Formats: sequence, structure tokens, C-alpha cells
Amino acid sequence: MASPLDQFIIKPIATFGQIGDSPIALTNSGLHMIGIVGFIVGAMLMSTRQAALVPDRWQAVAETLYEFVANMLRDATGKDGMRFFPLVFSLFLFVLVANLLGMVPGAFTVTSHIIVTFALAALVIGTVVIYGFVKHGFRFLGLFVPSGVPVWLLPFITVIEIISFLSRPISLSLRLFANMLAGHIALKVFAGFIVSLLAAAGAASILAPLPLLMTIAMVAFEIFVAGLQAYVFTVLTCIYLNDALHPGH
Amino acid sequence: MVDPKRPDNGDSGKSPNDEADLSTRLERLDSRLGEISEGRAGAQKDRARAASNTSGLGQAFRLSAEFISGVIAGGLLGWLIDRLLGTSPWGLLVCMLLGFGAGMLNMLRASGELKRDASSASSPGDATKPGRGPNDK
Repeated sequence: MASPLDQFIIKPIATFGQIGDSPIALTNSGLHMIGIVGFIVGAMLMSTRQAALVPDRWQAVAETLYEFVANMLRDATGKDGMRFFPLVFSLFLFVLVANLLGMVPGAFTVTSHIIVTFALAALVIGTVVIYGFVKHGFRFLGLFVPSGVPVWLLPFITVIEIISFLSRPISLSLRLFANMLAGHIALKVFAGFIVSLLAAAGAASILAPLPLLMTIAMVAFEIFVAGLQAYVFTVLTCIYLNDALHPGH
Repeated sequence: MVDPKRPDNGDSGKSPNDEADLSTRLERLDSRLGEISEGRAGAQKDRARAASNTSGLGQAFRLSAEFISGVIAGGLLGWLIDRLLGTSPWGLLVCMLLGFGAGMLNMLRASGELKRDASSASSPGDATKPGRGPNDK
């Protein structure tokens, strides 16, 4: 039985050359990302090509997704947050499709690598910091100084708030990465039990359907988690963007 | 020329009255719309929080990620300070401890127990108590 960690190995598919010691290669991870973006763009183009007042099924899906993300963003940031809609919508669709594609047997789970999720989180926090400073100048730093704190505590609280802000991209990326990694490992381990029990032959193979039932239940749960984590990632993105728009409160 | 005359022809005394009536009605409608949309936004926010808290496992992942990331951020910051200023163990020690504090703050914020930290000047103990009741059941 293969190791449950084999599914996360990055393999180069085509190598184009080298920079220093690191090869420039199209990896299985990169190929899946291209596929994800291609799928999203294709689905969106297809669903909006024949836009009609009475939508057909594809257009209805696209409109539901739009409404879902737009409501989320409007609730968290108010009306002027809608300028970030393209960013938030792209992030939501990318994470959602990446998570769901990972549930296809044999496919690579892009979001189970922390470098990918951290890049997405760094994009969000970078947007927050740059937009906050451009829009509010140094008043943006007021985010780190909570009101109503005793003077002697203020330096401590400010440093803690700064560390708490620095930890946001880490927690944002860590949560998505850990959920996908743990879910896929658990899935593989339980699926491996089936093979091991059958290979053991004899009386033990009677028990083989038990892990099979567990695996089926876990597949359903993992699909739920894939959607939930995309949702949580997007909600937190909206909340952080709100800090950039309204740092005062 | 023609338009202003027309209402006069119908009812000369009513038009200012009508306008005042209309404006008060518009105001009333506006405030009610505001109330309704506010209520809806609040309900949606509650639903969003409920959805992200559905499974205990999800919440456990969420809270642990918040805490660990606080500690990691503190540790990284301390390590960087040490490297740049050469204050060998002290930066790491102090910032790691502050990182634990930041992790706790993250966790309390994530679980929604420290919602009104900015508006009220109450101590953290006071702020956590009212939130704890509904969460315990």
C-alpha cells in the first residue's frame, strides 16, 4: 500500500531550464492550477455568453455565485467594499474549485500545499496594507491602537495587536492548508485499511466493508469541508478588507 | 409654463400640503427600509457565523489555527529582531510571549467572545463573561 503522503508529492511534467539550482518546470501542481483557472474562465464565459433576462441553468448558477459573494462582501464591508469584488470573487472561485477538484480521485489537491495558500493569503493582506495606507495614510496605523485601554497597558496592547495582525496571513493560510491536508490523509488512511484487510485474507477480510463505509462517509464530509473552507477563507478576506476600508472602529 | 399651472387648476390649496405629506411619507419609508435592511444584515451575519461554526471539528481547526499562527508570528518577529539587532535570546523570548498573548487575542476574537472590545472600556474578564453563557450550552 502506498504511503498516504504520496499524493502530495510535486512531480515535474516538463522542464524548461534552470535558474541557479532550481529548475523551471511545469509541475503537476501548476498543471492543475492552469486547469482550475481554465475551468473557471470557461464556465463563466459559457454561462454569460447567452445572457438573458430569464436565465438558463448555467447562467442561474453563475448568478447565484455572484449574489452569494456579493452579499458576503456587502455585509462585511458595506457598499464601498464592492470595488474589491473582482478580487474576492476570483479568490472564492479559485479556492472552491481547487478544493473540489482535489476530491476527484487521482487529482492533485493544490490547496494542500501551504505555499499556495500562503500566496493567496499574502495577496489578501498585501491588498489590505497597501490600500489602507493609500486611502488613510498614517491613520491606518490607528488599527493597532484600541480605544479605552489604560495608558500603562497601551504599549503592550499595541505590540500584541501588531503581532495579531502579522499572524492573520499565517492563520488564513494555515487553516485552509491544514483542513485539506488532514482530510486527504485521513481519507487515504481509511481507504488503505480496505486494501490491507482484503490482502490479509482469511477471517479479517470479512471486516473490509467497515472502512469502506467510513470512507464513503468521509468523502461526503470532505466535499462539505471543501465548500466550507472556501467560504471561511472568503469571509475572513472580507473581514480583513473591512479593516482597510474602515480602520477607525 | 404649462406644467406649473396644471396642479393649480385642479386643487389650488392642496399642492404644498401634498408635498409635505409626501416628504414625511418618504422619510418614514426610508427609515423603515433602513431598519429592515439592517435587521436582514444582522440576521445574515448571525447565519454566517452559525455556518462557520457548524461542526465542532471545524471550530477546533479554526481556533487552533488562530492560536498557533499568533505564536508563529511572534516567534518569527522575535527571530528577525534578534538577527537584525543581535540581541540574541531576548527578542525571541519576549516576542514569543507576546505572540502567545496575540494568539489568545486571536482566539477570543474568533470565538466571538471579545466582540465589543473596541467600544467598551470594560476589562477582558467582564467582556468574556456575557459571551460565555450562550456558548456553553
